[in-house]
Amino acid sequence: MSNPIIQPENLVYDKSAVLTDNVMHYCPGCSHGTVHRIVAEVIEEMGLQDQTIGVAPVGCAVFIYNYINVDFAESAHGRAPAIATAIKRLNPDKLVFTYQGDGDLAAIGTAETIHACNRGENIAIIFINNGIYGMTGGQMAPTTLLGMKSSTCPTGREPHLNGYPLKITDMLALTEGTCYVTRQSVHTPSSVKKTKRAIRKAFDNSLQGKGTSVVEVVSTCNSGWKMTPVEANRWMEENMFPFYPLGDLKDR
Amino acid sequence: MAKIKGAIVVDTARCKGCDICVTSCPFDVLRMSREVNEKGYTYSYMLNPDNCTGCASCGLVCPDGCIKVYKLKV
Repeated sequence: MSNPIIQPENLVYDKSAVLTDNVMHYCPGCSHGTVHRIVAEVIEEMGLQDQTIGVAPVGCAVFIYNYINVDFAESAHGRAPAIATAIKRLNPDKLVFTYQGDGDLAAIGTAETIHACNRGENIAIIFINNGIYGMTGGQMAPTTLLGMKSSTCPTGREPHLNGYPLKITDMLALTEGTCYVTRQSVHTPSSVKKTKRAIRKAFDNSLQGKGTSVVEVVSTCNSGWKMTPVEANRWMEENMFPFYPLGDLKDR
Repeated sequence: MAKIKGAIVVDTARCKGCDICVTSCPFDVLRMSREVNEKGYTYSYMLNPDNCTGCASCGLVCPDGCIKVYKLKV
């Protein structure tokens, strides 16, 4: 240690201790890793490592329990809000959150998601929207943009054949049970800070019993999109943000 | 006026070479290595360490949490 700057007392940023040392299985540059990291940071800041129960989805984030060192339940595909409902009702003083991708939340789990939000279950839902089915090889998802290529719409999504992309977060904002619905991203330092504040607020709402909080994170799937991580971030800014504009949809 | 100097330490075994920290650095400090780690990924390093202010932009965007940021007023 010859460098005088690199001393323990000068440390200003390090990954949270709640995040395990396991190397994540995600592709290089995957937004999942960034969101895992900030979820762990928020749990550490709140001092709730022993009081948090997460519900893992099916999708790339199925192994989230290997990376965030809190209690986890693994749900059947799309059923995370239903499992979280039971966990929160039986443990009302615990922080309960689900972590779901767009295939899990917006496709197979649409019913569970909408009804959990409409019932106003006191859970936080973290929704990773990358517009594609990442784990299974980049197939078209309900959230795939018009004209966007995927392995099952190789010439781009066409509305007369494939229907229209689904803004499920906007739908969830209409339900009476949600108290906080927001759409964020994690591609720049400032957006990471905003998403972290949003997740903190969602977790606080869960503990205060204010209703369901939904934090959508517009994300990249650079492998599925066939781009480099940096190109994918740029593509997301140019194409995803006009259709999925960032900001709070509901806050009460 | 006090000058702020920063430095980072990259966990090279954990880094996957996604390049997002390099593009997020406002002071052009970082670059990708030419060497690879044991998994075959390149990793980021400080090409211009004197420019670093310890702003932690790289650490904030790192998907794998492999950057430690240090900051010192001199």
